[in-house]
Amino acid sequence: MIADKLQQLGAGTINNVRGFGRAGIMLFGALLGKPDIRKGFPLLIKQLYVIGVLSLLIILVSGLFIGMVLALQGYTVLVKFGAEQMLGPLVALSLLRELGPVVTALLFAGRAGSAITAEIGLMKATEQLSGMEMMAVDPLRRIIAPRFWAGVISMPLLALIFTAVGILGGHLVGVDWLGVDGGGYWSAMQANVDLYQDVMNGVIKSVVFALIVMWIALHKGYDAVPTSEGISQATTQTVVTTSLAVLAFDFILTALMFGG
Amino acid sequence: MTTRKIEILVGGFIVLAIAAFLMLSLQVASSGVAGTGQSYRLHAKFENIGGLKVRSPVKVGGVVVGRVAAIELDTTYYRPVVTLEINNSYSNFPETSTLAILTSGLLGEQYLGLQPGFLDETVEILADGDYIEDTKSALVLEELIGQFLFNRGN
Repeated sequence: MIADKLQQLGAGTINNVRGFGRAGIMLFGALLGKPDIRKGFPLLIKQLYVIGVLSLLIILVSGLFIGMVLALQGYTVLVKFGAEQMLGPLVALSLLRELGPVVTALLFAGRAGSAITAEIGLMKATEQLSGMEMMAVDPLRRIIAPRFWAGVISMPLLALIFTAVGILGGHLVGVDWLGVDGGGYWSAMQANVDLYQDVMNGVIKSVVFALIVMWIALHKGYDAVPTSEGISQATTQTVVTTSLAVLAFDFILTALMFGG
Repeated sequence: MTTRKIEILVGGFIVLAIAAFLMLSLQVASSGVAGTGQSYRLHAKFENIGGLKVRSPVKVGGVVVGRVAAIELDTTYYRPVVTLEINNSYSNFPETSTLAILTSGLLGEQYLGLQPGFLDETVEILADGDYIEDTKSALVLEELIGQFLFNRGN
């Protein structure tokens, strides 16, 4: 009885370690070696379009609405203390430090991460990956690497766009609708936001989240059981695992950057 | 979808992201000291700096002329030494100027108020690395209340 439980625990642990190992080997194989710029660049552009440009709409709309909600909720509390000129720093700092990188990563995992997992899983199920190997084309270099780099490049850019649009949304509600002084909105923001402490740390955060999201999404697709059920499971796992990993790493990064 | 169209859209995406970054770094974050350009450093010793922090503003008559660059403790006399970074466009304060730690509003942030002093033949202009001798420390509320109660007792 106890031996059975122990065996289960051991088997689970070995499986997890194996998964990490396979994910590491996949990333290693995809990223190491001399990149062929002439062949790789068009593939990267194609993936930047699929992963970055097509995610733009959801990022713009949700950024605008999150900025507007922040301004609306912040205003109702701040006005009680007569401190509504602090609305600008409230909106800007929450977006730059936390909401921009984190919400972008969650949306990105749902919008692009799941699509990548499903695409690669289906490639595996229809044996396109094996076909490439037969033709001496390395699927890691041709399929995995462009998607990985496209994700790592486009997510920080999407997070910056999200934050900028959110601040404009906060301006829309706070200044144009609720009547906070417009000059105060920007000047209090400028007095409280630091380029390195806030803007750069937000960018670093979103680069880390991009690495996590792309690695998990690619690995889940590449490692999927090649059946329709396996692909659906892998897609679900991508969204769940990336969301949890992003939130956990957000706590660690926040503690390192702003906690000390 | 032709390659050209995709490339144009990706280019637009990158341009949008750069515009967002420029907006965040120029419009949202203040870059460096009040305005841009070069700055010089002054030092001042205080008895007590209260809640003064690095990057607190230095104001002359309410106008920000610089920021606090560093706060250290002088280990010989155990008094705090504050280093100020003043914008070069405000470079002729006489050495008779006084520096006080003030509070904006009743519960606001603390800042340094610089009061320019008089100037005659014997007075020199403060240069990089000089000490401002005449300083006034922060008001600590507990000490103030203690003094008030002590006076009431008499």
